[in-house]
Formats: sequence, structure tokens, C-alpha cells
Amino acid sequence: MTHKHDEHNERDDSIQTEGLNLWYGTFQALHDIHLRIRSRMITSLIGPSGCGKTTLLRCFNRINERFGYVRTEGSIRVLGKNIYDPDVSLSELRKSIGMVFQRPNPLPISIRENVLFGLRIHSERGDFTRAMQDEMVESALRDVQLWDDVKDQLKKRAVHLSLEQQQKLCIARLLPLKPQVILMDEPCSALDAEGTEQIELLLEQLSEKYTIVIVTHNMGQARRVSHECIFMLHGRMIEHDSTFTIFNNPKNPETDQYVSGHYG
Amino acid sequence: MFSSTPREKRRRKIERIAAVTCFLFTMLLVVPVLAILTYLVVRAWPALSLDFILENPQNLMQSGGIWAPLVGTFCLVWLTLAISAPIGILAGIYLNEYARDNWFTRVVSLAVVNLAGVPSIVHALFGFGAFVLTLGMGKSLLAASCTMSVMTLPVIITSTREALAAVPISFRMACWNMGATRWQTIRTIVLPNSMSGILTGVILQISRTAGETAPILFTGVVFYAPVAESGFASILPYSVDQPFMAMSMHLFTLMTQVRGVSEEMQYATAVALVGLILLISGGAIGLRTWLRNHRRW
Repeated sequence: MTHKHDEHNERDDSIQTEGLNLWYGTFQALHDIHLRIRSRMITSLIGPSGCGKTTLLRCFNRINERFGYVRTEGSIRVLGKNIYDPDVSLSELRKSIGMVFQRPNPLPISIRENVLFGLRIHSERGDFTRAMQDEMVESALRDVQLWDDVKDQLKKRAVHLSLEQQQKLCIARLLPLKPQVILMDEPCSALDAEGTEQIELLLEQLSEKYTIVIVTHNMGQARRVSHECIFMLHGRMIEHDSTFTIFNNPKNPETDQYVSGHYG
Repeated sequence: MFSSTPREKRRRKIERIAAVTCFLFTMLLVVPVLAILTYLVVRAWPALSLDFILENPQNLMQSGGIWAPLVGTFCLVWLTLAISAPIGILAGIYLNEYARDNWFTRVVSLAVVNLAGVPSIVHALFGFGAFVLTLGMGKSLLAASCTMSVMTLPVIITSTREALAAVPISFRMACWNMGATRWQTIRTIVLPNSMSGILTGVILQISRTAGETAPILFTGVVFYAPVAESGFASILPYSVDQPFMAMSMHLFTLMTQVRGVSEEMQYATAVALVGLILLISGGAIGLRTWLRNHRRW
């Protein structure tokens, strides 16, 4: 999948961090992270448990701040804009940076309302006609290949779907907001092999329109789906390169040991 | 192979004893409830009639019915809930959804717990001082309802918090990560999914409000205040600035304060009180079920 890995132009970056440090209370979870995540590609964050992958992912939409006692230093630019600038609205930021979780978490409302939920919280009543809503629901569900499965049961509660379908729905509900970046925190770890394959196929399609950052514990998955990989250890970024290089010719010996299964 | 050892036989015996004991103690709980209800109804039977419900007490309580106290208790319950439910639910939402874990929140929580432990007669004194005298409400339905509200608040706050805490955090994560504010999350997802738990807490306070005598004793209830027996005025006869009659107080009066009241009438009053509580609670449970099945708001 290296066909996209041509020369690196700064304007192609969706996310850039400079000297990013993060503390939970007195524990420093991230150390001096400098990274660039390229647009319309899939970038995997890999590394052993507790290395700071999820923490880093949660920095990109500033959701970490909801957990209290979190202190951040350094800058994070998303699409060229520093997200710590005072004029940044968290609501708008999170609208354009979607998040998908480890455990599918559809809301306890109907399938249709799940897809429209983001739209509802970001618009006034009456901004969209019924027909526009129907169209958005269909297009979002088609984009995640869920439409044919659920088109006759849009009013059914989403929690009755299978886990794989729930996870697809969780991706679909981000799409009406037209996000720039989709963050995924081990999106397949609750799914079986077939569900994982389905989501991975979907990721590849979505990467044509969206920048995707995915945290994964599954080496095979990182290898299969991502164009670039970032290897992290003890809260530091050890190596960032094309997936091919990380897995076949890593520069850092620790990366080499991790990807060849010596630890983690 | 696979045959039971002496030790295993002993374990099985103990298992049997434990199961039977637990069952017996459950029955021990059920039997008195049924016994009380049956006994009350049987003793009250000769006096029970529609007239008994719909007439004012007459002839120094020796005849007539219970319409005035019945309506009084009904008004007291609804006014109390109208005051304490919004305050309690909003406070519960603040404490569970907004408040950070700091000393202030801990002090508030501690205050709530301690308020729940205050005896009802102390609430009565407080209500008399605060509402009747200081706020100048006089002995009135409003003062009594305020006093009852203070008494029922802690339970409503606590049950609201528990109901909210039972909503999985993953729902909130989903909402917040799409840019929803806390209030949008609460209104669209958290409240609809905790409403039945919250209402359960409120419903439990109905019987408490209807049954307590002490808190209304100094604050609004009176020995005798007849009301209209027909027409619109018989349904909402008390204005909030007037003293009123209440079932719990009336029962106490019939039993200890006036002579010559037949036992049937005392028992019939008790049956009517229990019936009123069941009626209001039943209505509230119906509302809860309806909300649970129509969670689209």
C-alpha cells in the first residue's frame, strides 16, 4: 500500500504536533511528541499496552480534558489550525474529528436517530427537511455498507444490531457531520474475524475521503490496513515511517523487536 | 467415580437449609403485609361506603365521612412533589453530571446524607420556624408542603444520582466526541434512559408524604376544616394559604382525640389512606411505564 507514499508535502498533513507533553496528575504519559499525520491515509498507532497510543489519540479532539487533572503542553495543529488557540470551539473541533471506540457504543435510540444524532446537536430544529434527513441517513449507511442490512428497520433500536453492524453504525453516525479526520481506538477488538475483515475493507474505502488514525494492538491489522505506522513506547514516539518500512526494515532496534513479537 | 463424598453430602444439606431459610424469611415479610391489609379491610367493612368517602366529617367526627382530609392529603402530596421533584432532580443532575470531585461537592453530598437522617419532628420545628414564621406563610398548605419537600429532597436527590450513574459512560463518550454539550447529552440521552429510576425515587416519596404526621402538625394541618362536598370547589377546595385537613392527622384525631368514634370508622379511615397512597403511586407507576415505552423526547 505504498502507492500513496510519495513525496511529503506539508500541506498534505492533517495533524501536526510539536513538543507535545501530557500529564495525568503527576504522571507524564506523553513525552515530546513530534508527528505529522498525512491526509487521506490510514495511519496506525502501534505499541505495547500503556505506551500512550490512546492518550495521544484523545489529544487530537481534546476529549482528554473531560477527564480532569490532565495537563497538556506543546501544540497540536489540525488542518493547520492550532487546536489550543483561544478561538477554537471544542464543539466544532469534535464535529470535524470523529471518534470510534473499542466497544461499539451506539446510542440507545433508533438506527435512524443514531445517524442523525450529530446533525441534531449541531443544527436547529427545522434546518433539514425530512427528505434531506432521509437522504443523509441512506448515504451514510451506504458508505459503511450497512444500508442493505438495515434499510427496513431504521426505526428499530440500534442496540439490537450485531456488534459488527453496531460498529459500522458508529462510523456512519460521524459521516453526516462531514468530518476531516476519523480517530479509531481499536475498532475491531470486540469483533470476530469476519467482522474485523468487514471493518478493515471499509477503512480502506473511507481513506479515500477521510484521514484515518487507528490505534491497534493487532500487528496483522496495522500491516494490512495502514499506509503509515507510528511506533510508540513509554509515552515516546520511537519511529514513524511507511508501514512497509516499519515491518520490514525498521531503523530502531526496539521497533524491530516489537514488530517481530519479542515483547508487547 | 463421580459418587458423592461425605463432605459433598454435607454441603448439599447446608445448601438446602440456606435456600429454605431464605424462603421462610421472604414469607415472613409477605405475610404481615397481607395480614395488615386483610385485617384493615375486614374491620373497616361495615363503615366503608361511597358516602363515607364523599362526605365531610360531621357531628364532632362521630359520623359523616373523610372527604375533607382525603382531598387535603391529595393536595399536600402533589404540592410537595411539585416543589421537591424539580429541585431534587436538578440538584441530582448537577451533582452527578456537572460537579467535579472537590471539597465543595463532598460537603454538599454530606449535607444531603445528613438531611436524610434528620427526624421528622425536627423537620416540623424547622418548617414552623422557617416557613410559617420567618417567611410569613402562616399555618397553611404551602408551609406544610415546603416542610415536607425539605424532608423528601434527600431521597429524591440520592435516587436521581443513582439513576443517572447507572447510564453507561460510553453513551456520554459517544455524545461528547460528536461535540455535544453536557446539557445536550443529558437531555437527549442520559435523562430519557434514567427517567424510570428517577421516578421510582419520587414515587417512594408519595407514600411518605401521605403518611407523615409530624412535619405538618405545626405547619398547616388542622383538626377540622370542612370543604365543599359537590361542585368544582370539592375537587380543589383548599387554597395554598389556608390550613387544611389531612388523613394521617385525621386518623390520629379519630383514635385519640375525640370520644365515641366507632372502630369501624377508624379502620375505614386507615383503609382510605392506604387506598389513596396506592392510587397515587399506581398513577405514577403508570406514568413511568408509559415514559419507558415512549422514550422519544
